[in-house]
Amino acid sequence: MSGDVVAAVLRRELLRAARNQAEALHPLLFFALVILMFPFALGTDSALLSRIAAGAVWVAALLAAALSLESLFRADYADGTLEVLVTGGAPLALLGFAKALAHWLLSGLPVLVLAVPAGLALDVPGAVLGVLLATLALGSVVMSLVGSAISALTVGLRGGGLLLAMLILPLYIPVLIFGASATANAALGLPVTGEIYFLAGLVVLAVTLAPWATAAALRIRMS
Amino acid sequence: MNFAFLHKYASLMHAYRLSRTLTPWLAGLTLALFAWGLVSGLVFAPADYQQGESFRIMYVHVPSAWMSMFVYVTMAAAGGAALVWKLKLAEIVARACAPLGASFTFLALVTGSLWGKPMWGTWWVWDARLTSELILLFLYLGVMALHGAFDDRRAAARAGAVLSLIGVVNIPIIHFSVEWWSTLHQGATVTKFDKPSIHIDMLIPLLVMIAAFQCYFFWNLLVRVRAQILEYDRNAAWVRELDLPTRA
Repeated sequence: MSGDVVAAVLRRELLRAARNQAEALHPLLFFALVILMFPFALGTDSALLSRIAAGAVWVAALLAAALSLESLFRADYADGTLEVLVTGGAPLALLGFAKALAHWLLSGLPVLVLAVPAGLALDVPGAVLGVLLATLALGSVVMSLVGSAISALTVGLRGGGLLLAMLILPLYIPVLIFGASATANAALGLPVTGEIYFLAGLVVLAVTLAPWATAAALRIRMS
Repeated sequence: MNFAFLHKYASLMHAYRLSRTLTPWLAGLTLALFAWGLVSGLVFAPADYQQGESFRIMYVHVPSAWMSMFVYVTMAAAGGAALVWKLKLAEIVARACAPLGASFTFLALVTGSLWGKPMWGTWWVWDARLTSELILLFLYLGVMALHGAFDDRRAAARAGAVLSLIGVVNIPIIHFSVEWWSTLHQGATVTKFDKPSIHIDMLIPLLVMIAAFQCYFFWNLLVRVRAQILEYDRNAAWVRELDLPTRA
């Protein structure tokens, strides 16, 4: 039963993305554009770019996640689907989990793939690139889960995307700290297992708690 | 379990009356504690052997920093009660906490910056505790922004409650991750379990000031809660019977 709910929501989200491919590309384009700004802002000195590259990719991924979350519940809110789901007694925590998973598949995963050419373009050292991808993979799961709760809380409110970004960025700081610190250690040839474990712990915590926060948020927004 | 008994004590009319009775007492206590704490801290406490007179800003800085965290926990606890028991009073308390907590956090940041200039030679360093405090300010501002985005007062309070509970789960994670990221701050002086590393003549004014800030917070909270109760219940019979100054 619970698998059915997740599969149904996931299928619907993926179908919607497939039928509206232009919009599905927005987070990717945004990510690429933010990366593009760094050489313009800091110059093309490859030693400097190589030092800031991992951090730049992290910040761009963070912004792409924060801004793409705004549309996660928007369509369902606008056409009344959410109201039907909430009043109809749908399992909201599962709905929240499936929405977060869809967001990760449609925004987190493509950004992860695009992080490879972005990192190479900014001269990320080879040893760091693998660590960057591993931490970004874990971190983006946390970002999608925590973000879906805040997205549910702010759907349809005045101030929309900016309000969402304002609420969500402080919550992303631990993920950023562990991710950036792992890549910094990797650049110095130090072990990174501590940071990876911390990030994995955050993933477990987010999977456990975030869907319930999303459910509570949806109930409040629809009452 | 039946929590119906809570509703009687949480009724807005009772809360209003209780708050009106308590306010003058709390106000008097606050002023007395401030007078005691400020005079003993600024005049009688000995100067620090390293930091000279400038350490005295501690008597504002430490209580503000303490209150910035205390108010957040209060706000989240009230928010939790608002979500679980749907108590209007808890919603009002949670909402009234946000601007107060943000002010304490801002005060802690400003006094910390003023203290940092003579001690560290700079207004701002990316030190763990300073940075956590700054993030805390953004968490408060987020709750306030969320409150402001709603037209419906009750939905605003409940949404703010969810956000502050998410924040409470995150604050320890943020704190420890930032701590790990960088630290330069002097270690804790008051909460060490063995002998505190602060002289007793300096410690007592500090504790008095913390008590004063605490009372000031409750005093202010009572006044704000009372104003909001009147707004919530403005059409109720008991509010109409009050002898309130009417709008000209």
